Amino acid sequence: MNDRVIKLAVMAVGGQGGGVITDWIVALAERNGWYAQATSVPGVAQRTGATIYYVEMTPESAETPVLALMPSPGDVDILLAAELMEAGRAMQRGFVSPARTVLIASSHRILAVSEKAPPGATTADATIVYDAARKTAKRFVCADLEAIARKHGSVISASLFGALAGARVLPFDDASFEATIRSGGKGIEKSLAAFREGRDAVNAATPEEPAAPAPAALQGPAHLLPGYVNLTADLEHRFPAAAHAMLKAGLAKAVDFQDLDYGRQYLDRVAAFLPYDAAARDHALTIEAAKHLANAMCYDDIIRVADLKTRAARFARIDREFEGGIRQITEYMHPRGEEICSLLPAPMGAAVMARPRLFRLLDRAVNRGRHVKTSSLFWFTVLYLLAGLRRVRRRLLRHQTEMASIAAWLAKAEALAPRRYDLAVEALRCRRLIKGYSDTHARGLSKFDRVLSALPLLEHRDDGAAWLRRLREAALQDEDGSAIDGVLATIREL
Amino acid sequence: MAERSFADDVAKLKLRRGEEFRGEGILAITKALLQCGVGYVTGYQGAPISHLMDVLADAQGVLAELGVHFEASASEAAAAAALAASVHYPIRGAATFKATVGTNVASDALANLASGGVTGGALVIVGEDYGEGSSIMQERSHAFAMKSQIWLLDPRPNLESIVKAVEEGFELSEASNTPVMLELRIRACHVHGRFIAKDNRPPAMTLAQALENPRRATERIVLPPASFLHEKEKIERRWPAAVDFIKSHKLNETFGPEKAAVGIVLQGGMYNGVIRALQRLGLAGLHGESRVPLYVLNVTYPLIPDEFLGFCKGKDAILVVEEGQPDYIEQALAAMLYRAAGTTKLLGKGLLPMAGEYTGQVMLDGISAFLRQHAPALLPPEHCAPNSDRQLPAEIAALAKTVPPRPPGFCIGCPERPIFSAMKLVEKELGPHHVAADIGCHLFSINAPFNIGATTMGYGLGPASASAFNVDAKRRPIAIMGDGGFWHNGLTSGVGNAVFNKSDGVILVVDNYYSAATGGQDILSSRAANISRSTSHPIAKAIRGIGAKWVRQIDRTYDVARMRDVLREALTTKDRGPKVIVASSECMLNRERREKPIAAKSIASGKRVVKSRFGVDEDICTGDHACIRLSGCPSLGVKTLDDPLRDDPVAAIDQSCVGCGNCGEVADAAILCPSFYRADMVHNPNGWDRFLDRARRAVIGWLQSRRAGRRLMLVR
Repeated sequence: MNDRVIKLAVMAVGGQGGGVITDWIVALAERNGWYAQATSVPGVAQRTGATIYYVEMTPESAETPVLALMPSPGDVDILLAAELMEAGRAMQRGFVSPARTVLIASSHRILAVSEKAPPGATTADATIVYDAARKTAKRFVCADLEAIARKHGSVISASLFGALAGARVLPFDDASFEATIRSGGKGIEKSLAAFREGRDAVNAATPEEPAAPAPAALQGPAHLLPGYVNLTADLEHRFPAAAHAMLKAGLAKAVDFQDLDYGRQYLDRVAAFLPYDAAARDHALTIEAAKHLANAMCYDDIIRVADLKTRAARFARIDREFEGGIRQITEYMHPRGEEICSLLPAPMGAAVMARPRLFRLLDRAVNRGRHVKTSSLFWFTVLYLLAGLRRVRRRLLRHQTEMASIAAWLAKAEALAPRRYDLAVEALRCRRLIKGYSDTHARGLSKFDRVLSALPLLEHRDDGAAWLRRLREAALQDEDGSAIDGVLATIREL
Repeated sequence: MAERSFADDVAKLKLRRGEEFRGEGILAITKALLQCGVGYVTGYQGAPISHLMDVLADAQGVLAELGVHFEASASEAAAAAALAASVHYPIRGAATFKATVGTNVASDALANLASGGVTGGALVIVGEDYGEGSSIMQERSHAFAMKSQIWLLDPRPNLESIVKAVEEGFELSEASNTPVMLELRIRACHVHGRFIAKDNRPPAMTLAQALENPRRATERIVLPPASFLHEKEKIERRWPAAVDFIKSHKLNETFGPEKAAVGIVLQGGMYNGVIRALQRLGLAGLHGESRVPLYVLNVTYPLIPDEFLGFCKGKDAILVVEEGQPDYIEQALAAMLYRAAGTTKLLGKGLLPMAGEYTGQVMLDGISAFLRQHAPALLPPEHCAPNSDRQLPAEIAALAKTVPPRPPGFCIGCPERPIFSAMKLVEKELGPHHVAADIGCHLFSINAPFNIGATTMGYGLGPASASAFNVDAKRRPIAIMGDGGFWHNGLTSGVGNAVFNKSDGVILVVDNYYSAATGGQDILSSRAANISRSTSHPIAKAIRGIGAKWVRQIDRTYDVARMRDVLREALTTKDRGPKVIVASSECMLNRERREKPIAAKSIASGKRVVKSRFGVDEDICTGDHACIRLSGCPSLGVKTLDDPLRDDPVAAIDQSCVGCGNCGEVADAAILCPSFYRADMVHNPNGWDRFLDRARRAVIGWLQSRRAGRRLMLVR
């Protein structure tokens, strides 16, 4: 058949406005004397689910053409994907074929619930979609069309429509694309700006790689900086080069959390692992110790939260992210008796914790949600003063608890290091399980303890490290760590 | 009414004779109804026919001019029962709803209507929600047509054919005194196409005229002995009349060559799919010029034996293309052939799948297999040998593990999300419960991250579906229903039933001010002013009125802590009898649709407007994602930090946030973390705002620089 029909499918996430671009494409075709038919399957799929819109067009003639109401695998000329994984879904469904399909996709991600809900890092691997697109599509063009739309205060329909124009796959000129937008009515100028940038973006020679961010650096008064410079020099002198980057990040974090002495303490503790380390092992032990000790020493107490919440850099960041008008900030906090107790000098805090009735009284007094306005003078000052407790932090209950926990953990790793290098590395990595606040923190601690409880069973095994890694991965799979029990049971049967 | 305007669509309803209509299928039907002199239209909203209702609701002016009455019925049963106006009076009426769920609800009225028969044309327009995009169980309306003897039209899915089917449907209904059902699939409802309009026609008799000159005829009432006569009349008089009409008016169509060895019999709705398959096989042209004879059943019930047998004459084999199951048409056609001692082979299910949508690929595979077996000479060589097992390329296979499933879920800022966040928190305290879910947006709770809800038994039947659990036990059942389901039937089948049977369970009514899942139509308890309907009838009042004693009204669902406390109380209180919670907050989709343009206009005109959005302090977030597991909000995602010390991505809120507050409230109620903050942006601040801001910034800035001068701090 020589009858020319252009078949175009739009795959989007519900709420992205796939209907808008579909209407534009129909209007564009009709404006140019083509017959267009479009269909969709809206309904509840519109509510944040994957949706599909389909257009067929053919030059107008005296007779009415018979066109299909849904795309068929291997029979699509143009595939517009309004999100990267939807491009993946299009290929999965066979709508992209090497012989004929031009795939136009936005590179941005809208994460599915399954990608963001587990405690660990479970975001889908975009490179797999890129690889498939390069091999499966006749032509693949891609740009962050969402960012372009947002930049111009418009929606992705506009920049995607621009990308469609820029890909030069429809026999219509730019002027008629623009005229289509103009006849639409709402937000015309913004749409046009997003349209034009979308059009040019897919024609850019190579997509710009984002510049690597500058490593975090410490800033402060002149009288303190030399001390930091000395510590850094010391670090470079004592540790192998392979570990420098991680150690510098850790050192900066520790000093930022407390002070220069704390930074020195950090370096000394990591240095304890040096004797057992070797270049042949890529200094994994030192690097992992550097990483996880930094996180452990910079635990999340009220002082740290108050400090971070009151920083000038934070206020500046919020000003950047939320433009326009005067901004006010309200925090959502919920301190419990435990947190308040941990702020007391260690003996006093321990004494309260040891008296359940007294503790309940305290808990009842403080344990409630507090929505505090940090942009107001009163609450800023309260948080500012709390942050100032940093200077006495070493004497407080929380610090002592954390230090004891760190010491026990490091001792385990150090004891293993000479005999079971890999297991020691894995034991250090388990610190990742402790995170969060309140119940989340308690849950993390319990996971950490349960995972490390397997150490006596594992330290005699050559594959102990692999089992510990499996345990840790199981712990990250779900919230309550029930997956750990299964692995633990297996280990006991080994 | 729905917070959307259909003014452009209403204009299309006014098109005059000879003017071209361009638009959606369902709107074309609306226009066709007016062209046919319809006297009244009733219906219940639901995809894919909501648009018909929405446009008519906005078209009061046009309708009043013509003297047409439009009613947004309380349920599909109410909509179908309204067709009773066509029993004694020569008034054309139409009822519309989603099928098969709506047909289920309406079946009592439809069966009564079909028994007595009609005088004025009665058209039931069903949006057949089948296949991709469907939200309901996969069944066919066909069975309803057969069991009640209602004629079933299934026109070719283009606007001309659809509009013609409406006209012919009324005529067929009047010629055979039988209601007619017009079935349209999802894509046909939403297809953009064109047809040449005719003038709208006022009804021949208005409802007012009927009221002022009442008629009755006992033999049309469904009561013995008339009901026995009705059945005979259906067979002896109405059926033959219908067959005559269908034949003489050529409602079914044939295409392609007169003589051929094979042919295809198809439902009208399958036409474009069949033609596309033939086009891809090189056997049909762009305008449908087919080289294979086609017998298109625009009427799928009743079937016309002599038409069908005539089509089979001289053919070795025919293929029946009938979507869905059971294969009623195929069975009936096979019986006809057998009785006529036909020798034509009849194929259908087997070459085509018994269950599931007939997609482009299914159609291509089925038709090419049929032709390969029975007319290989027709096929181009590349289609003669079947494709060997196509192996997926490795990179496509890899996608299966990568591309995440994306089922529909709650919108950004949805007021139902905090209800289920609270329910999850209560379950953490009291353990898991049996939760009976219902139809509506709230059913999204069954998916991650909430994973709440065990069954769904039908619209408004949530509480009824938990009624068996009315026994002494240590845990109470929880039943959910929406405001839509509540007014549809849940007040009686759910709450009334629970009161009467002294149920001890918990009923949670999710009130978002609209029938939200179907497009935000108004219902009795809607809060917006509606000139043509009476709204603002509180759900809690109805619940108390029906006899429930323990009733709690929550006016801000986003208050997760209160939501949790009330739920806990309902599950643990010593009070006997049903515990009913009405959780009310406006559907965010509708709210944004209304408020966003107003706010934008106010800001542009210099008025003081405060807009809120949430943020996450990435240094404070530890990447546990507990907040996401209690929310699932699309605007709450994760991002990976450029920090070698951090393994887990942290929570992040993007610009689509509407500031509903759920994430902050959840972080507070579940005692998660202090990472969330709300930023209120005061646009066009007044003098006091500016003064306060300057003063605050001065003091805060001074304190901040004081601290910066005394310590080392990380700067990113």
